[in-house]
Amino acid sequence: MKLRVLYFARLRERLGCAEETLDCAGSTVADLVAQLQARGGMWAEELAADQAYRVAVNQDIVALDAALSENAEVAIFPPVTGG
Amino acid sequence: MKIMVQSAAFELGAEVDAMRRGRSDIGAIASFVGLARDMNDGSDVAAMTLEHYPGMTEKALAALVEEAQSRWTLLDVTLIHRVGRLLPGDPIVLVAVAGSHRGEAFAACEFIMDYLKTRAPFWKKEETPEGERWVEARASDDAAAMRWGKND
Repeated sequence: MKLRVLYFARLRERLGCAEETLDCAGSTVADLVAQLQARGGMWAEELAADQAYRVAVNQDIVALDAALSENAEVAIFPPVTGG
Repeated sequence: MKIMVQSAAFELGAEVDAMRRGRSDIGAIASFVGLARDMNDGSDVAAMTLEHYPGMTEKALAALVEEAQSRWTLLDVTLIHRVGRLLPGDPIVLVAVAGSHRGEAFAACEFIMDYLKTRAPFWKKEETPEGERWVEARASDDAAAMRWGKND
């Protein structure tokens, strides 16, 4: 399915990508993360299982087993540090 | 209710006056202002830049306030968070909560800040003598949010 994927803060800088549109072969957030990890390099490093990052689907933070939907807005970012 | 994400500075007195103006049912206003410091994790900090996720940020802040309203009876809430480049001493965030009595105002003000720290999509990048660095999330912030109990 087609997804719009956004990256923020340290992840945006390390991955060298703020936003992309991609076709996801799977149906969950974990499937998308696995697809991104498969790119290797910084993608595999930053999205490894032991890295702390958060995923939001349509602007709500979700768990890795959350389902994706066509044209969803997915955001991947480090733990937040506002306030 | 006033929820703002803005680059401009804010003024606590003006915000509290605006809450009070024209009403006499408020018995207590508790407020919190978070400031940018000149030192963090052993390094001098010359400035910081706050990045956020436009769209989600506003939704997340509104959800925090809604959650506070479901837990306490509140008469008004003002929540302002700045983004962009800030210097030491600059105000970053303001929470002001109006209630009939101090108990709910104090509690809701602290609750909103604790939840904001772990749920609102803001990220700080500091300028230090060693270069720029992203601020790491703190386990103590997770612990502070956890003590209010699970809500979802």
